[in-house]
Amino acid sequence: MSADPLIHARGLVKRFGDFTAVDGIDVDVTRGEAFGFLGPNGAGKSSTMRMISCVSPPTGGVLSILGMDPRRDGPRIRARLGVCPQLDNLDIELTVRENLTTYARFFGIARAEARRRADELLRFVQLAERANSKVDPLSGGMKRRLTIARALVNEPEVVLLDEPTTGLDPQARHLVWERLFRLRQQGVTLVLTTHYMDEAEQLCDRLVVMDGGRIVAEGSPRALIERYSTREVVELRFTTDDQAAYADKLAGLGERLEVLPDRILLYVGDGDGAAAEVQRRALHPASVLVRRSSLEDVFLHLTGRTLVD
Amino acid sequence: MTAAPYVFEYHLINYRRTWRSSALSTFVLPLLTMLGFGVGVGAYVTGGVAGVPYLDWMVPGLIASTAVQTAMGESTWPVFSYFKWLRSYYAQVAAPLRVGDILGGHLAFVVFRTVVGGAAFLLIAAFFGTMHSWWALAALPVAALCGLAVATPTFAYAARIPSDSYLAILFRAGVLPMSLFSGVFFPVELLPGPLRAVAYALPLWHGVDLTRAATLGVPPDWSLTGHVAYLVLWAAGGAVLAARQFARRLVV
Repeated sequence: MSADPLIHARGLVKRFGDFTAVDGIDVDVTRGEAFGFLGPNGAGKSSTMRMISCVSPPTGGVLSILGMDPRRDGPRIRARLGVCPQLDNLDIELTVRENLTTYARFFGIARAEARRRADELLRFVQLAERANSKVDPLSGGMKRRLTIARALVNEPEVVLLDEPTTGLDPQARHLVWERLFRLRQQGVTLVLTTHYMDEAEQLCDRLVVMDGGRIVAEGSPRALIERYSTREVVELRFTTDDQAAYADKLAGLGERLEVLPDRILLYVGDGDGAAAEVQRRALHPASVLVRRSSLEDVFLHLTGRTLVD
Repeated sequence: MTAAPYVFEYHLINYRRTWRSSALSTFVLPLLTMLGFGVGVGAYVTGGVAGVPYLDWMVPGLIASTAVQTAMGESTWPVFSYFKWLRSYYAQVAAPLRVGDILGGHLAFVVFRTVVGGAAFLLIAAFFGTMHSWWALAALPVAALCGLAVATPTFAYAARIPSDSYLAILFRAGVLPMSLFSGVFFPVELLPGPLRAVAYALPLWHGVDLTRAATLGVPPDWSLTGHVAYLVLWAAGGAVLAARQFARRLVV
């Protein structure tokens, strides 16, 4: 691992008129790392990604990518980045292979080399047999894999993925994860945004949770769970419209208790022990679920349960 | 070192996928026009215009008018779509291209399409014997200049508008009247004063006068340098506006 971070931001700010999208964040991403930006809609993840992609000049603060200044060296930095945008922008009139070869040309890659890379990448994302088909009839998962292949056509050192599996069905998501995992093993640095907690846990070595343009937590998925949640969570459902009525009776059980409209969550170290105690107190919940704490618990704890549209 | 040629190449590859559908209109439209106006309308205008048969007089006007319409067709929905629907410009700006490369490469393709359309028209018109001079070949660079003069401001417009219904407005309120009153079908001198001033202000009349001079092998009604300079002014002014709008959309 090199000493200098590939991406280095200090007090990074992005404003659109009066609106502050990114409000002074510090980020360091080192070579070979898989780094995630987590947060609800409007947290500033995409604005941050666009600044890192060198298509959005920062309003303030320090940003250095691959040791260069995006304000000055945009094209030189972008030549070494791969970008997989949130919304597909493939060329629907072109074939699957042409999508890769034409994009490779933007990087000044020779035609023969572009064709060689296209075929190799199509094998990598398992689209080789669709090479000559048009893009339009491809499924959502195939299009996303093709977009990822296109982001790899310049053999980038850093791949930026903005919500790489949003809108995909479970099979398609797992295939994308598996391919990204493979990239990571090859030493490619991955930077991604997501609001899927399982995605962040699967892919990221380290992540930051963003809310309202700021970073509210940082660490590995495991470290964040240990710090902001408990080892286990007990979910209790009572046959009543008023779950809160049971909250008092559960007092003293676990470190924290959260009342939701349909269930009560007990944050505890020992889930089975807490479940047994609930039975001993003769509370008779309709269902008891003991599970390991997840990044989702951390996320909701830090960013709240209010719906952000 | 500019990367605009790569963008031009990209548009050519895209065109290779779709050229068949446009080839029909590129050749059939001029052919129908020759038959309809030449044989039909031409039969009524027995006296000719300015000493030449009506068809020979009108064809260069149509060549310039077709160049303008091709260029504007290629600068409206495609540009709007590359921002809004296909989002291709956003894919390009993520690569090591500058806004100027993206804009310049696309404009080069629009000029290419305009010249191809102009050449097809010229060929068919020559077959009908309406070309009076080898100067007719000069109609191609004129078509390129005319195309560029309308393409750059149209790029700026298409990059600015919030919905594609504004494009239909541009054609109905801008292109159609311009095609009718720019000396394509009848001399602008027949227009009342204020309308004639509008015709002089718009780019098409300048292209029509230059093309007509070329195909008939006569000097233009107005100064050659003046025409070229005025069209260059449109192209340059439009390019400044388009570059500003493209930067506003792509680098935010």
